[in-house]
Amino acid sequence: MSNRSLVSIDDISRDELLDLLEHARYFEEHPNHKVLDGKVVATLFFEPSTRTRLSFETAVNRLGGRVIGFSDPAATSTSKGETLKDTIKMVSNYVDLIIMRHYLEGAARYATEVSDTPVINAGDGANQHPSQTMLDLYSIYKTQGRLNDLNITMVGDLKYGRTVHSLLMAMRYFNPTFHFVACPELAMPQEYKDFCDANGIKYVEHTDFSPEVINAADILYMTRVQRERFQDLMEYERVKNLYTLHNDMLVDSKPNLRVLHPLPRVNEIDRDVDDNPKAYYFEQARNGLFARQAIICRALGIDILKQESEKK
Amino acid sequence: MSKKELAVAALADGTVIDHIPSSALFKAVKILGIESLGTSVTIGNNLESHRLGKKGIIKVAGTYFPEATLNRIALIAPTANVNIIRDFEVKEKHHVTLPDTITGIVRCSNPKCITNNEPMDTRFEVIDREDVTIRCHYCGRIVKAADAIID
Repeated sequence: MSNRSLVSIDDISRDELLDLLEHARYFEEHPNHKVLDGKVVATLFFEPSTRTRLSFETAVNRLGGRVIGFSDPAATSTSKGETLKDTIKMVSNYVDLIIMRHYLEGAARYATEVSDTPVINAGDGANQHPSQTMLDLYSIYKTQGRLNDLNITMVGDLKYGRTVHSLLMAMRYFNPTFHFVACPELAMPQEYKDFCDANGIKYVEHTDFSPEVINAADILYMTRVQRERFQDLMEYERVKNLYTLHNDMLVDSKPNLRVLHPLPRVNEIDRDVDDNPKAYYFEQARNGLFARQAIICRALGIDILKQESEKK
Repeated sequence: MSKKELAVAALADGTVIDHIPSSALFKAVKILGIESLGTSVTIGNNLESHRLGKKGIIKVAGTYFPEATLNRIALIAPTANVNIIRDFEVKEKHHVTLPDTITGIVRCSNPKCITNNEPMDTRFEVIDREDVTIRCHYCGRIVKAADAIID
């Protein structure tokens, strides 16, 4: 495996995380930087994800690289029964970097084992999606000016939401206090609470999305409560509106509070929040571009900050 | 002389694996690939044991297993004992030890795991030795060894 591959946010040390954030900040200031001149990057989307693919492809283009790939496996030899290994081996002959999304969990880890070129995981089933976590971290860092000692409140589907799990694990270096707000059906799994205990991370669980919880938060991380997660549809009907954020609920919130959401949103954030300066979810998605530029450069061993400081 | 000792002594050369919990005996047989052996094999189960209550035992004549293969049994039978017999004598006696990673044998219980959809070996990391808990190297699914699906 190329040690520059990125499969899980766990693969990255604290120092590397901070370094990636500094690079993301640099790319926000200088989005067009032709450091990938002559490089070819493959985006292999075995499962469609327009948002993530466009963000990665924009990142490559703004860095001056070229993109090949597919966004629908129905048009590839995967549909003829080719194994993932063969597809990855073939593509790795052609390109400098593979960015892949797959519907099977562990697909990206396996790809790193059969590929000679680095692999970036752009989501493998319900498992990992490290570039999403990087953009979440960058959004927190940018809006709060720090990552340390923050009160982070996670709301909605904490059971199946992989973004909240990855963010929780990535924050372990920064002494956070978590508040988990969810109905019992979608509560944070024991595995992650054990992780908090093992890492000395403070957390409180709530079933009530109360003013006290909102007013104490620095970050309000909202997630979508999906109907298909419920065995009992009556239960879904009962809870679906309990975890919806409305603008008037933010009246007494902290001035530095920002509302994050991995998108797409359905009704868990009311449209009336969109114009509140504390609403940050659209900028958050934009930060994905810079975070991905940083991740791509790391994968290719390009340290732009070092290059810039050597110029001076 | 008890029946068990008789049986062990009766082996000229080979391997005796003793103190296998009864519930794990047939999994151990599977892990060792005994089905495909042509030499004489004796398998006993639900035998009286001071330590385990009921235990299983496997005796294989004329065969010595690689250490790594024997250690795979530790996954389901951490109490198992291995006796190496040469010329009617126990030449070596040791416990099985659980390796850090287990390649092959265990199937991941997650149907959406890549290992269940691609022709490849599974791989698990042992994350808790006391409880014998393993985690899929690929999808991260955690399972207790006692509940693991053995291929």
